[in-house]
Amino acid sequence: MQNQNIDIETKLEDDSTLVAFLKGEIDHHTAAKIRSLLDIKIESIHPKLLVLDFTQITFMDSSGIGLVMGRYKLMKYFGGNLKIINPSPQIKKVMSLAGFDRLAVIEKTNKPKRSDYIGKK
Amino acid sequence: MVKNEMKLQIPSKSLNESFVRIAVASFFAQLDPTVDEISDIKTAVSEAVTNSIVHGYENTIGTIYIHAKILDDKTIYIRIKDKGCGIENVDKAKEPMYTTCKTGERSGLGFTVMQSFMDKLKVISKIGKGTTVTLIKTLNKRF
Repeated sequence: MQNQNIDIETKLEDDSTLVAFLKGEIDHHTAAKIRSLLDIKIESIHPKLLVLDFTQITFMDSSGIGLVMGRYKLMKYFGGNLKIINPSPQIKKVMSLAGFDRLAVIEKTNKPKRSDYIGKK
Repeated sequence: MVKNEMKLQIPSKSLNESFVRIAVASFFAQLDPTVDEISDIKTAVSEAVTNSIVHGYENTIGTIYIHAKILDDKTIYIRIKDKGCGIENVDKAKEPMYTTCKTGERSGLGFTVMQSFMDKLKVISKIGKGTTVTLIKTLNKRF
């Protein structure tokens, strides 16, 4: 009930790429849940690449900037990189205010990647 | 001459951030805003409410007062007020990337987002008394 606006599912690809499929809204309230879950994974796996799949994120305010920036720093600390997939125009607008387009790779894919993994372990 | 208005009072719980932005956006739906305009309104409101929760009332629970008004058939007015700790230096707080929060991963972009997504931003703050943020936006009429 406390975090009903966000859902997160992760998948490790090729032993070095951690893909996080995010669903819902990112604000100050929901960012805390995403942050703690991702940090546990990053610190235990030390992936070379963290992919944040924003395909199903319907809203993000500047709390999301703090969240992505923090994970970017953590990935850099472990010698890795961060990639953002399919942010909506609204999210891109927020990200551009922080100069994210220059910092992290933002990609658009046509394939709804999350559905590839639903139900598979 | 206010065409329509609504008032909302909520405790400064982070769980309410989502409710307030949806409630305000829903109120303005009667003006038939575009999807982009709804996103802009929701984002700006979310920033102002989060500021009241994170900074205004810090670790305490206080009341946040929201007043939304339709000034004419295309101009919207939103006032978000708290009776929290207030901002020492409003000009400094408006600077991009400036934040007083050392631990919570705040980006310091709240006022920058409000300024970019709305047409007018007014901030009145008094230490120990609270902060009032006023947001005004003129919507593009499509007919």
